[in-house]
Amino acid sequence: MPAATVADRKLVIGGRAFGSRLIVGTGKYRSNAEMVAAIRASGAEMVTVAVRRVDLDRGAEEGILHHLDPAEFFLLPNTAGCYTVADALRYAGLGRAAGLSEWVKLEVIGDERTLLPDTAATIEAARRLVGEGFSVMAYTSDDLIAALRLEDAGCVAVMPLASPIGSGLGVVNPYYIREIKRRLSVPVIVDAGVGTASDACVTMEQGVDGVLMNTAIASAADPVAMAQAMRLAVQAGRDAYLAGRMEAREIAVPSSPRAGMLDGV
Amino acid sequence: MVTTEPGRDNPAGAETNAREVTVMVNGEERAVAQGLSVAGLLAELGVEPAMVVVEHNRRILARDRLDATPVRKADVLEVVHFVGGG
Repeated sequence: MPAATVADRKLVIGGRAFGSRLIVGTGKYRSNAEMVAAIRASGAEMVTVAVRRVDLDRGAEEGILHHLDPAEFFLLPNTAGCYTVADALRYAGLGRAAGLSEWVKLEVIGDERTLLPDTAATIEAARRLVGEGFSVMAYTSDDLIAALRLEDAGCVAVMPLASPIGSGLGVVNPYYIREIKRRLSVPVIVDAGVGTASDACVTMEQGVDGVLMNTAIASAADPVAMAQAMRLAVQAGRDAYLAGRMEAREIAVPSSPRAGMLDGV
Repeated sequence: MVTTEPGRDNPAGAETNAREVTVMVNGEERAVAQGLSVAGLLAELGVEPAMVVVEHNRRILARDRLDATPVRKADVLEVVHFVGGG
């Protein structure tokens, strides 16, 4: 029996239960062996993958299915790199045709410098994909209205960013993240922007259902060690949220009793 | 071998095998034998069908249709797979 002291439910997305609240990407690793080791160390059950052309000169061996067993991990194809509704639908369709599941991580980017999402296009794409039977997990900005519209569109999870993709800036707007979590019924997964373990912990302390990251682990000097740190940080942040933190106040309150002090003090 | 006029199939007007057609695969022109199936094309490319998805003229081609679908002149094929991503 592990030393867990906080009773928690499993993360359930679209009727599917996950033992870990950490979802990880598979990009930017220095080697496939390192990627697999890091994902195992993270404890993540759901991992994201991208859809790209096979490099016909190099053969298909760099395909992720040669390294990740879909029986061990739930693979979530993304629409990363798409800037239009049409492109996102095309990539989602290709991902589904691989035959693993009906799930997609929807991304429709609106700006090259910040990679911030085009929320209007994301909402439209989400509606269309849900209509075609997809289970859509939608990457979006930390905008409450966009998040509500994505829930209305039928997304199984809404995934506001902590900060821009790959920035490592952590949660720039904790209030917006909390408000999105308070107002939505579907799971809220914070996707993008986490830089190190404390960011993951702070993210989970906002009360969200999970966190998705890639660069923070893959671009660490030691990805396997960072993956382990992230696993612990996500768990710590979740436990702290469930435990209910003390109220913060800008004045000291002694921890030891005043009563019983010696004479003359 | 016959010499043909320059055109879509043969931009340079060079000698080509009359039994070959030119198609686009992943953005590059390729000459393939006339009558070849998409499954046959994948085999020539050394690609395992179970590991990829094929888009044929903008329509996704189900795996059980790869054998029965011939590659025709000027077809546009995309052969994709999953790679690392976030």
